[in-house]
Amino acid sequence: MRATKAAAGTGTGGLLARLRGRQNRNLWFWAFVGPFAIGLALFTYVPLAWSVYLSFFDAHNTVTPTDFVGLDNYTAMLGDDAFVSSLGTFLLFTAFIVPATYVLSLGLALMVNRLRFAQAFFRSVFFLPTACSYVVAALVWKLSIFNGVRFGLANTVLGWFGADQTAWLSTTDPPWYWLVIVTVRLWLQAGFFMILFLAGLQRIPPRLYEAAAVDGARPGWQTLRYITLPQLRATSVAVVLLLVINAFQAFDEFYNLMSDARGYPPYARPPLVYLYYTALGQEQNLGLGSAGAVILALIIAVATVVQARWFGLGRKED
Amino acid sequence: MTRDIGRRRLFGMAGGVAGGAALTVALAACGSNTGRSGKGSGPALSQWYHQYGEPGAEQAVKRYAAAYDKARVSVQWRPGDYDRQTAAALLTDSGPDVFEVNGPKLDQIKGGQVVDLTAEIEAVKGDFNQAVLAPKIWQDKVWAIPQTIDTQLLFYRKSMLKAAGVEPPRSVDELVEAAKALTARHRKDKVKGLFLGNDGGAAVLGGTPLFAAGLSLITEDGKVGFDDPAAARVLGKVRQLYADESLLLGAPTDWSDPAAFVQGLAAMQWSGLWALPQVEKALGDDFGVLPFPKDGAGKPAVPVGAYGSAVSARSKHRKEARAYVKWLWVDGTDKQEDFALAYGFHIPARTSLAKKAKQLQEGAAADAVSYATEYGHAEPLLWTTPSSTAYQDALNRIIKGGANPESELKGVVRKVEAELQRAKTK
Repeated sequence: MRATKAAAGTGTGGLLARLRGRQNRNLWFWAFVGPFAIGLALFTYVPLAWSVYLSFFDAHNTVTPTDFVGLDNYTAMLGDDAFVSSLGTFLLFTAFIVPATYVLSLGLALMVNRLRFAQAFFRSVFFLPTACSYVVAALVWKLSIFNGVRFGLANTVLGWFGADQTAWLSTTDPPWYWLVIVTVRLWLQAGFFMILFLAGLQRIPPRLYEAAAVDGARPGWQTLRYITLPQLRATSVAVVLLLVINAFQAFDEFYNLMSDARGYPPYARPPLVYLYYTALGQEQNLGLGSAGAVILALIIAVATVVQARWFGLGRKED
Repeated sequence: MTRDIGRRRLFGMAGGVAGGAALTVALAACGSNTGRSGKGSGPALSQWYHQYGEPGAEQAVKRYAAAYDKARVSVQWRPGDYDRQTAAALLTDSGPDVFEVNGPKLDQIKGGQVVDLTAEIEAVKGDFNQAVLAPKIWQDKVWAIPQTIDTQLLFYRKSMLKAAGVEPPRSVDELVEAAKALTARHRKDKVKGLFLGNDGGAAVLGGTPLFAAGLSLITEDGKVGFDDPAAARVLGKVRQLYADESLLLGAPTDWSDPAAFVQGLAAMQWSGLWALPQVEKALGDDFGVLPFPKDGAGKPAVPVGAYGSAVSARSKHRKEARAYVKWLWVDGTDKQEDFALAYGFHIPARTSLAKKAKQLQEGAAADAVSYATEYGHAEPLLWTTPSSTAYQDALNRIIKGGANPESELKGVVRKVEAELQRAKTK
């Protein structure tokens, strides 16, 4: 900044030159950042603000409503059993999928890290599902692995042991549909987080393990608990944050696994799916949908702040 | 598979295959193919259809449009989630002038999104099937012209019923018994008695069991039509089908596709009229069709519905658009007949045409037409999305979760009453 000012002060161009900055730096800054900033404002911030605005109106089939209703949409949404239960679904899902993916991807990383040969091969194999789309994977799960008839993969395998065919997605007692939803997400995301853990593991200096061994630490649990996990702390924080954000975005596999031409069953219905039907269905109740979205956004914001505090995100590593 | 979905979603409220529908809508809005093909003179009109699965249907509607000489009509054939695409497009100025709609919904009419077409249909109003016309009417005005009628039926495999010693069911109790007996008889082949869709029937049956029990969703004078012990009774029987494990669940294709029935995964299946040619081709005469059987004091029931042709209130050429709709869907009987029967299998919305059509005069097709005329019921206009969501959720919980039908329905009645109140006050 000081350099820029000095340059402008000695120059003769006046305001324009000052605005451009030394070597046209400001100009170049906006040339590169501008398109992105405009896109961000236009496609993220404007819709966001508009959605908040809509949430205070009765906006059926319109984005320019006139019928101000105050907080009615919010009370309606919070009094709606289906929405409240969808929030419950979503917390349950997060509470399960985050630790499950964490453990699975850490386990994979520890195993792959110990491999003496073909490490690159296994790393790639486990990473590959990440490249698959949620929609495609959900359809494969729904139509071929976990379909309910005798020729579905899961039922074929169980059939060898004499079990009856199970309708995985239609059975609510026990809730087998959760098995389908959770496995597809585990398959899709475990590989990616395994790569993060692998990078973390490779940064741990071998001398720490050597010193521990000299001090008499047994390999296995003790080393894992007192050397590996503390050393992976930075990676773990990042992984957990990403996992929680991913869980908040639960939509794709739920929608593609559970919805049918008539809508979505009242089971395993996360809030995004519910809002999608409220705001974007033929009903087009954009006010109510926006109110739900704002409530959801507030919950996510609070959760993120709490999490960041708890992990000490942004604090200097000690 | 996706190719067929649009047509099959006939009475559907929502859904589809694409995940990010917002994205779909956005992309669709920038679609490059404007399909300007009309060669007539006059103003340019754009007309939207959802994607019908039948080969030839798209060429047919483009042919009709090209034959119109008072405007240059360009047809857009829109795959994907059509209901959402139109809903979003109607908010803007770049939407269609004329469009077919699975509705219009009450809020679309009240929001002034569609134009009154009463004058266009007036002369021949009596010739339209009244059951499907009724939901297009609000405050004595007609808001869309019904195009073709679709209905749903219970398909049964004669040979399988015979092997199990079961008669085609004439009541819901008989249906429960038949499905149970058929499942038991064919257990070793892993054939189930009945297929009502992969969710056990909640989605596709909707209000049909209520109608079969002599009730309705909303009465003619605008009150909740199922606040009655008979409603809980009949839904309890549908639950029984699920509890008996007589239902096929988790088939690769859903109820709209006759594949499960044709492949012998189930002895009976609830599916659409559109499936009839396919079933006939695969099974010859080893099948029959029934309406949803009656329960107690009711009558058998089948759902009917029709896509309607509507004119957008944002159109810049409303007068011309109305004239075009009248030309095609009111006066153009030859085209209506061609559209209903030459490609897929629908019943023309005009009763006089339905009576004339040869394809509908014999065999299972004739049965289907008589069921649709005699037992057909359409979803009323006042049956809005919040009402139907509450009802569908309850039905799901009753069928799959074994929830108490009485207390579930009580909650639904409360919600529907509130919704009816909202409809009346605004």
